[in-house]
Amino acid sequence: MIRLALILTLGLVGAVSAQERSSLLPDVPTATGEPHAEGNAYWRKNHMKMMTHDRDLTMRFGDREIGASLKACFDCHAATDDTGHIVTVQDERHFCRSCHDYAAVKVDCFSCHRSTPEGTDEGDIHALTTTQNADPGAIAAFLNGLVGPANAQSMMAPLEADQ
Amino acid sequence: MKFRLPAHDTPEAKASQQPPAKRAEMTRRDILRSGAAVASLTLAPGVTLMAFGGSEAKAAADAGKRWGLLIDVNKCAADCNDCVTACSTENGWKDTGHPSTDAQWIRKVTMKNTTTGRETSMPVMCQHCEKPPCVDVCPTGASFKRDDGIVLVDKHTCIGCRYCMMACPFSARSFVHEPVNNQKPHAPRGQGTVESCTLCVHRVDVGGIPACVEACANAGHEAIIFGDLKDPESAISKRLAGYSSAGLRPDLNLNAGVRYENL
Repeated sequence: MIRLALILTLGLVGAVSAQERSSLLPDVPTATGEPHAEGNAYWRKNHMKMMTHDRDLTMRFGDREIGASLKACFDCHAATDDTGHIVTVQDERHFCRSCHDYAAVKVDCFSCHRSTPEGTDEGDIHALTTTQNADPGAIAAFLNGLVGPANAQSMMAPLEADQ
Repeated sequence: MKFRLPAHDTPEAKASQQPPAKRAEMTRRDILRSGAAVASLTLAPGVTLMAFGGSEAKAAADAGKRWGLLIDVNKCAADCNDCVTACSTENGWKDTGHPSTDAQWIRKVTMKNTTTGRETSMPVMCQHCEKPPCVDVCPTGASFKRDDGIVLVDKHTCIGCRYCMMACPFSARSFVHEPVNNQKPHAPRGQGTVESCTLCVHRVDVGGIPACVEACANAGHEAIIFGDLKDPESAISKRLAGYSSAGLRPDLNLNAGVRYENL
């Protein structure tokens, strides 16, 4: 009863002050396609166990007819931005991030897996994760001061071979 | 304007406390598919003897098979790079502008016999050894060999130590130094992990052939034959039985799954 009263009170306050958000819970992007037979609540709780189980079946035993794969998620759960473009995991509107940011659980699936459906151009890598191209001139000058020109030259050789 | 109930109070959440029967069946089916037939015998209350036996033909990584390649060096054209291009396109690895460290799942190698002057060109990739040194040295079990002989890296457990790269006599493995995006869904790859030729396992599992073999045939060379080394009726086995061939570094007794003819 107390809880009901609290919810009603909060609802009234919310109606005045928080027009933009419908809830304190995360706004999960709407999916397309058929709903999960097991129900959303089951998936919310168990998706990682199911995907871990099935990824091992695929990788170790070559089973390609599995029930839960990251690849299949994005058939239905591809979130879009305001212009209708599919967003990558770099964007906070991404389906996985909508909950994982809220729960403060970092996922590292997307350091190897793509975070969009096949065929989407994921664009350039986010600036924070891109390795900046080093300036050979600056490195040479730094090494000159440190070990002398002769040693600096030999240390620079492999770097220059890459250019 | 409405607030949602706390997650554990919703009807959906209550339903989730009882896993639906369908998922339970699915799990059981998965076990049956992966581990074949299970026989169980109850010896006493709470004590069950379970026996796993037999093998299901449908399982893709079948221990009754061993996938391999036979490369005819005479048919391989020195100026052709189609197998390398096809592999790169299929699996999404490419140059990042750092030639000394960029990933190479397959490369063209030219050899010259200094006595006779004969030059040969051939592709070299993971040799899918029967006794792979990369698997021996891996500290986490990430480097592994499937039942059908394909040697892979499980990037979920790879810590990027690169011992396998040091152990491989063929320099077949690469380390990913740069952040990656736009990967192929069937070939995940990412910074800090080791990777190599997968023998296009995603194609082989559904009855296909590796991209390099297809590209070589499309170029009209047909220098690479793909097939099951354990099946005496397969094209590759018949060819191996009739003609002389060699694995690279035979002195190491690795019994490579990739063999070369006219080397």
